[in-house]
Amino acid sequence: MSDWPLWEVFVRPRRGLAHTHVGSLHASDAETALHNARDVYTRRQEGLSIWVVPAAMITASSPDEKDEFFDPAADKAYRHPTFYDVPEGTKHL
Amino acid sequence: MDGDTLLDQVERAERALVDASRRSVRTDGDRPDTQERTVQDDFDAIIAAEQKIEPRDWMPDAYRRTLIRQIAQHAHSEIIGMQPEGNWISRAPSLKRKAILLAKVQDEAGHGLYLYAAAETLGIGRDELVAMLLEGRQKYSSIFNYPTLTWADIGAIGWLVDGAAIVNQVPLCRCSYGPYARAMIRICKEESFHQRQGFEILFTLSHGTPGQRDMAQDAVNRWWYPSLAMFGPPDADSTHSEQSMAWGIKRFGNDDLRQRFVDMCVPQAEVLGLTLPDDGLRWDADRDRYAFTPPDFDELARVIRGDGPCNRQRLAHRRRAQDEGAWVREAAAAHAAKRSGGTP
Repeated sequence: MSDWPLWEVFVRPRRGLAHTHVGSLHASDAETALHNARDVYTRRQEGLSIWVVPAAMITASSPDEKDEFFDPAADKAYRHPTFYDVPEGTKHL
Repeated sequence: MDGDTLLDQVERAERALVDASRRSVRTDGDRPDTQERTVQDDFDAIIAAEQKIEPRDWMPDAYRRTLIRQIAQHAHSEIIGMQPEGNWISRAPSLKRKAILLAKVQDEAGHGLYLYAAAETLGIGRDELVAMLLEGRQKYSSIFNYPTLTWADIGAIGWLVDGAAIVNQVPLCRCSYGPYARAMIRICKEESFHQRQGFEILFTLSHGTPGQRDMAQDAVNRWWYPSLAMFGPPDADSTHSEQSMAWGIKRFGNDDLRQRFVDMCVPQAEVLGLTLPDDGLRWDADRDRYAFTPPDFDELARVIRGDGPCNRQRLAHRRRAQDEGAWVREAAAAHAAKRSGGTP
């Protein structure tokens, strides 16, 4: 079974919400992965829709490079509304 | 709108989405056993329960077409909307203002991309959407066909154009199509700084030298009516409104949203110490709202048809960007092919 590819499982819990990652499993092919994901992750009706994605297809940022990777956003306080002074009494802004 | 901020309204829309997702949708129906339940019945039940339609659900063709048209037009507007503001990045009056304007134009690009991705969930390709814009088969908001003549225009765009966009967009956070509603929630949250930075630019100018004050007033004079026209024609002449309301794509009529915008802006103009260019503007105590002179809808129709001050320039610039960017796309494809050991 360890030869089987790893699949990451995403479940849409309810209509209107985005799919969220719930875990992973091994399966021989996509269809089996989908059925297994249903049995493993939605036994109590946790979802309306499931995505399975081959884990090997996911490109992830590296935790070691977290600082350099996300740093550019750190000194841009002006992207937040609280950066701006709103004169007292101004509404709907 | 109960005297609260944009972010409060967006948060309420997000809560409503979560609350609705908890409700069960009636799927048994009240039709006799002899009649089979149709996919249309399911669709109607989901809309009636204020729940969201998701990409793989059945939906009427016209609903799909309407959403593609609306989301694409919205995406195109974000992308074309970078041009009038981008015009001032190199001439912003300080490093701070320049960094802010860059961040704002970056946001517009990001918002365009969220929206193109939402449109693509409906089964249309990105290339096709871009082609329809470049060939003039799909529109973008008429407002971006007006020129940005002075630095104060950047303030007026933030305050009035983004303000009007927000009044239009907050109800879209409750749109019945899930991917669009979720994109709008994200966009509105990010958008909240845009209007404030515009207001701050105008406030600084209107409290500066007489020349700066005049420049701010001139910008407001020029942007007021094009901003009012952003809400579209009067409800009576609006082609798509009624069906879009029934489908939960649209929540309020054009006239209602325009009125809300005016009611918001009048007190804000007083804080700025600037006037709005409408002699007919006055408080109507009977209606508990401001009375105002509507925009020139013939002008709106002309600009939408292609005869605004900058229509040709905007599309020509977008086409040029597309052509001149071709080598980047080709280089990316060649690089990917090289890394995977294949051919492009």
